[in-house]
Amino acid sequence: MGAIRNRTDMFATALAERMIRWRWAVILVTLLATFGFATGMPNLAFDTNYRAFFSDENPELAAFETFQATYTKNDNVLIVVRPADGNVFSADTLAVVEEITEAGWQVPYAIRVDSITNFQHTWAQGDELIVEDLVRNAHALERGDLLERRSIALNEPLLRNQLVTPDGSVTAINIVLQYPELHSMEVPESVAVVRALRDRIEAEYPDIDIVLSGISMMNNAFMESGMGDMAKLIPLMYLVLLVIMMIAIRSWSGTLATLFLILFSTIVAMGSAGFLAIGLTPVSASAPTIVLTLAIADSIHVLMSMRQRMRDGLAKREAIIDAVRINFLAVSITSLTTVIGFMALNLSDSPPFGHLGTMTAIGIVAAWLLSITFLPAIVSLLPMKASPRKSDGKDATARMGQLANWVTRYSRPVLFGSVAGSAALIALIPTIDFNDQWVNYFDTSLEVRRDNDQALEDFGLYPIEFSVPAQSSGGIAEPEYLQNLDAFAAWARSQDNVTHVYSVTDIMRRLNRNLHGDDPDYYTLPDDRGLAAQYLLLYELSLPYGLDLNDRINIDKSASRLTVTLDNVTTEETKAFLDAAEAWLADNTPDYMHTSATGAQVMFAYVAERNVNSMISGNIIAVLAIGLVMILALRSLRLGALSLIPNTLPILTTFGVWALLVGTVGFSVAAVGAVSLGIVVDDTVHFLTKYRRARVERGADTAGAIRYAFETVGMAIVINTIILAAGFAVLALSTFKLNADMGLLTALAIVFALVLDFLLLPALLVELNKLTSRNTQSGENRDEDQSYQPAQ
Amino acid sequence: MKTKATNPLSKSLLAMASLLALAGPAPAFAQEAELPAWVDTDSERRGYEIAIRSDNSDNGFGDSRVEATMTLRNAAGQETSRQLSFQTLERADNTVGDKSVVVFHTPADVEGTALLSHAHILEPDDQWLYLPALARVRRISSANKSGPFVGSEFAFEDFTAVELNKYEHNYLTTEAITVAGETLPTDVVERFPRYENSGYSRQVSYIDQTIHQVRRIEFFDRRGDHLKTLDLGDYREYGDGIWRAHRLVMTNHQTGKSTDLVYGDFEFGVGLTDNDFVRGVLERQY
Repeated sequence: MGAIRNRTDMFATALAERMIRWRWAVILVTLLATFGFATGMPNLAFDTNYRAFFSDENPELAAFETFQATYTKNDNVLIVVRPADGNVFSADTLAVVEEITEAGWQVPYAIRVDSITNFQHTWAQGDELIVEDLVRNAHALERGDLLERRSIALNEPLLRNQLVTPDGSVTAINIVLQYPELHSMEVPESVAVVRALRDRIEAEYPDIDIVLSGISMMNNAFMESGMGDMAKLIPLMYLVLLVIMMIAIRSWSGTLATLFLILFSTIVAMGSAGFLAIGLTPVSASAPTIVLTLAIADSIHVLMSMRQRMRDGLAKREAIIDAVRINFLAVSITSLTTVIGFMALNLSDSPPFGHLGTMTAIGIVAAWLLSITFLPAIVSLLPMKASPRKSDGKDATARMGQLANWVTRYSRPVLFGSVAGSAALIALIPTIDFNDQWVNYFDTSLEVRRDNDQALEDFGLYPIEFSVPAQSSGGIAEPEYLQNLDAFAAWARSQDNVTHVYSVTDIMRRLNRNLHGDDPDYYTLPDDRGLAAQYLLLYELSLPYGLDLNDRINIDKSASRLTVTLDNVTTEETKAFLDAAEAWLADNTPDYMHTSATGAQVMFAYVAERNVNSMISGNIIAVLAIGLVMILALRSLRLGALSLIPNTLPILTTFGVWALLVGTVGFSVAAVGAVSLGIVVDDTVHFLTKYRRARVERGADTAGAIRYAFETVGMAIVINTIILAAGFAVLALSTFKLNADMGLLTALAIVFALVLDFLLLPALLVELNKLTSRNTQSGENRDEDQSYQPAQ
Repeated sequence: MKTKATNPLSKSLLAMASLLALAGPAPAFAQEAELPAWVDTDSERRGYEIAIRSDNSDNGFGDSRVEATMTLRNAAGQETSRQLSFQTLERADNTVGDKSVVVFHTPADVEGTALLSHAHILEPDDQWLYLPALARVRRISSANKSGPFVGSEFAFEDFTAVELNKYEHNYLTTEAITVAGETLPTDVVERFPRYENSGYSRQVSYIDQTIHQVRRIEFFDRRGDHLKTLDLGDYREYGDGIWRAHRLVMTNHQTGKSTDLVYGDFEFGVGLTDNDFVRGVLERQY
C-alpha cells in the first residue's frame, strides 16, 4: 500500500521533471491543443426555445408536439397597448391598433395576427351574412360608430379579457408565429422586428405605452439571459479569482499562470460543446463559470504547496516538482469525483443539465491535465519568489490544532449537537414547494420580465390547451358535443385564476344568432348536427387569410381546441386546475370527450417531478461511484463508508436551510445533489487521507491523527471552501433563477460541508473508535488494515 | 358549345401579338394599343404575353361540369376527404369573372350545401350559400377571398379559374421543373395581385412551353415569404386545345399541411346558361 503511494509519488515526480525539462514543447502543445478545441466554439449558439428544457422522451412534450401538429404551433408575441387616456376605443388609438395589426403580418414567421380591429365581426342584414373587420379605417369612424364597436368588442367572449380589458382601457395584439426551426436566430429575428415596431409606435404616438409579452419573448430571453450572464458573471469570476489568488499565493506570476490554466480549460469545455453540437441555454451557459471555479481550485493547491516548499527553503524547480508530487493524487481524486457528480447530470430529463454536466466534466478533466502538465511548465519559466515563512502561517496551523483538540475533547456534545442541528433542518425539507413559473425564471433586471409582469396586470399569460375529441369524424357539430363543450367552457370560466376561455361554441352561438336575423333569442347552440356543420362551412368560406379556424378545429372535424388562459399561477395552482379540469370532464361528459391538458405551462408543471425522479437514479449512481472512489482512495472500506455521512449530510442540511429561508425552488434543484456531492467530497478526501496517513504511517491515535489532519490540510480545506463557495455564489447572481438557485444551494452545501467536516467528522471518528474499542477490546486496530499494528 | 359572347377581335389581336413576340422583337405598334397600362418593361410585356397564351389555351370552353375529391392532410399525418362538384360558366371577356356553383356531397353533414359565386376581377366576388339544414340561401358579404376553402390549403382565389387581369405579370426566366415525375421546360412568370385583400404579395407561375399550361405556382405571403406551392399534374386535353389539370397538390410550407384536389372527367358544353347561376336556382335545385 505504501508502495502504491510511492509509485504514484515517483510517477508524479517524473512527470513534473519532464514537464519542466520540455516546458517549451509542453506550452506549445497546450497552445495548439487549446486552439484546436477553440475551433469548435463558432458552432455554439443559444437555443431559443423553452422546449430545449424537455427531453425527446418527455411525455408532456410528446403530447404537446402532437397537439401542435394537429392544430398550429402556438408561439406568440403579445403586444399590449395602453393609451394614456384609458380609452382604447378612440379613433386615434384604434388607428394605432390597426397600424400595429397590419405591421404584425410583416413580423418574420408570423402566420396569424389577431386584434380588436381585424376581429371578424359577423352580423346579419336581411338575408345577408356580413363578415368584416370590426374596425377598418378608424379615423373615419364617428363617435356613435366607436361606441358601437366598443360595445361589440366588450361583449364578445373571444375578445373580452383576451385582447381587450373589460373596461376598454387596454388592448392587445396577438401575433402567432410558426418558426421553420432551421436555425437558432429565427426567434431573435422576429423579436427584433417586434421591438423596432414598438419603438417606432411609441416614438410616433407618445400617448401610447406598449409592453411586449408572449412565448417568443420568453424564448428570446433564454438567449438574452444566458448571454447577459456570460458577460456579467465570467468577468466577475475573474475578479474573484484575482482577489483569491493574491491572498492565497501572493504572486503575480502564479496568478498569471492560473489565469492561463482556467482560460484554456474553459476554451476546451466550450469548444467541445461546439463539436458536440450542444445548443446553449442559460443553464449550460453557466458551465464556464463553474469550470473557472473548479479549475482555480486545482491550480491553487499546486501553487500553495509550491510556495510553502519555497518558504521551507527549496529551490523553485524542486518546489514545483514536490508540489506536483504532493498534490497529484488528491487533485486526481477530487477531479474524478467532481467529474462523476457532473456526468450524473446526464440522467436528468432536462437536456440542458446534461449539457452542463458534460461541458463541466470536460473542463474539469482539462483543468486537471493542465495543472499537472502546463502549470509546472509555465511556473518554471515565470519568476516567483517566496518570502521566508512568517509566524502567521504557524498561527493558522496552531489554530487548526486548537480546533482539533476542542473537537476531540467535546466529541460527544459536538457530535450530538451537529447531528441534531442537521436533523432539525432536514426535517424541514418536505415543506419545500416546487415552483416552475418559467417566465419568472428571468430576473426583473431583464426587460422581458418587467414587461411580462406589467402585461399580467391586464391579461392572463399561461395558455392551457385541451384538444377535446368528438365521437367521430365531423362529430364536433353534434349537439351533445357542443353542449358539453360549452358547459366545460362555462365551468372553466368560473374557476379562480382563469382569465379567458376560447371555445368554438361561442362562434357557434354567434352564427346561430346571425343566421336568424341577429335575434338575441337565438344566441344558443344549434340543436341540429347538419345545421352546425353548415354554419361552420359558411363561416370558413368567409374568413380572410390567416384568420381561419384551422388552428381551432382538426381537419376531419373530430376534435376542437379549447384554450383556457390562466393568470400568474404557481405550479401547484396549475396542477390543481389541471386535475380539477380532467376530473370535471370525466364526471360530466361522455367518455369520448375525456382528455388531458397540454401546453408549455403543463410541461413546466411536471418538469420538477420528472427531473427529480430522473435524477434519483443519477444521484444514487453518483453516491455509489463516489463512495467506491473514496474506498479505493482511502484504501479503507470503513472510512469510505463513513465518508458518506459528511458527504451527504451537508447537501440535505442545505435543503433544510433553503426550506427555512426561501421555501420554493425551481426544478434545477434536482441537479444540486449530484453536483455538490462531487464537489464536497473533496474536503472529506483531503481530511481522511491525512487522518489515515497519520494512523497508518505515523501510528498516531485517533485524537493525534485528527490533529495531524487539521494541521496539515485544515487551511487548505478552508481556502478550497472559500474558492468554491465564492464561485458558486457568483452563479447566484445569474439573471436566470434556475442558475441562481443551483449556485446558491451548491455554495451553501459547500460551506456546510466544511462545518460538518470540521465538527461532525472528527467527533464521529472519536466516538466510533470509543465504541469499537469498548466492544472489541482490540481497540483502534479494528480497521480492516490488519497489517498495521499501531504503536502504543 | 356556347359561342363566345364578346370581343373576339381583341382576343385574336392579343394572340397575334404574343405570337409575334415569340418570333422576336415585335413591332411596337402591334401591342401598344392592347397592352394594359401597367406593362412598362420588356419582361412585363413578355410575362403578359405568356400569361395570355396560357389563358387563351384553356379558354373558350363555354361551360363545364366536374366532380372532385379534396384530401386534406395535417402535419401530424392525419387525412380527411370531401367530395364536391363544380359547375362553371365561362365569360369570354377577360375583364369579367366566371360564374360558378360548388356543391358539397360529403361529409354527410354538409351534403347539398351549394355555393354560387360571381367572380369579379378587382372587386370582391358575389357569393351566395344554400344551407339545406336551414333550407335558406344566405348571401355572404365578405371582402375576403384568401381564407382557406373548407379547411383546405386552397384559398377560394387559388382554384377558381385564373383570371388574366387579376394580376400584373412579369417574365423572370426559363427553367426546367419536375412535376409529378415529369420534367418540363417552363417559362417562369411572376404575377402580382391587382385586387385588394389578396392573401398574397406575389405568385410565381411555371408555364410549360409545349402545351402552355401552368404546371406549378408558388405563393408568397404578404411578407414575401414562400407560403405554399401548387403542383398541377395529370393534364388532359379536351377537344380543341382545352387542357385541364386533374391532380392539384397544394402544400403549405409554413404549417406542413397539404391538400390534394383530384378532378374527375370534365364535361364541356353541358348547356348551362346565366339562368343556372342565379340565387333562385340554389333553393330549387340543391
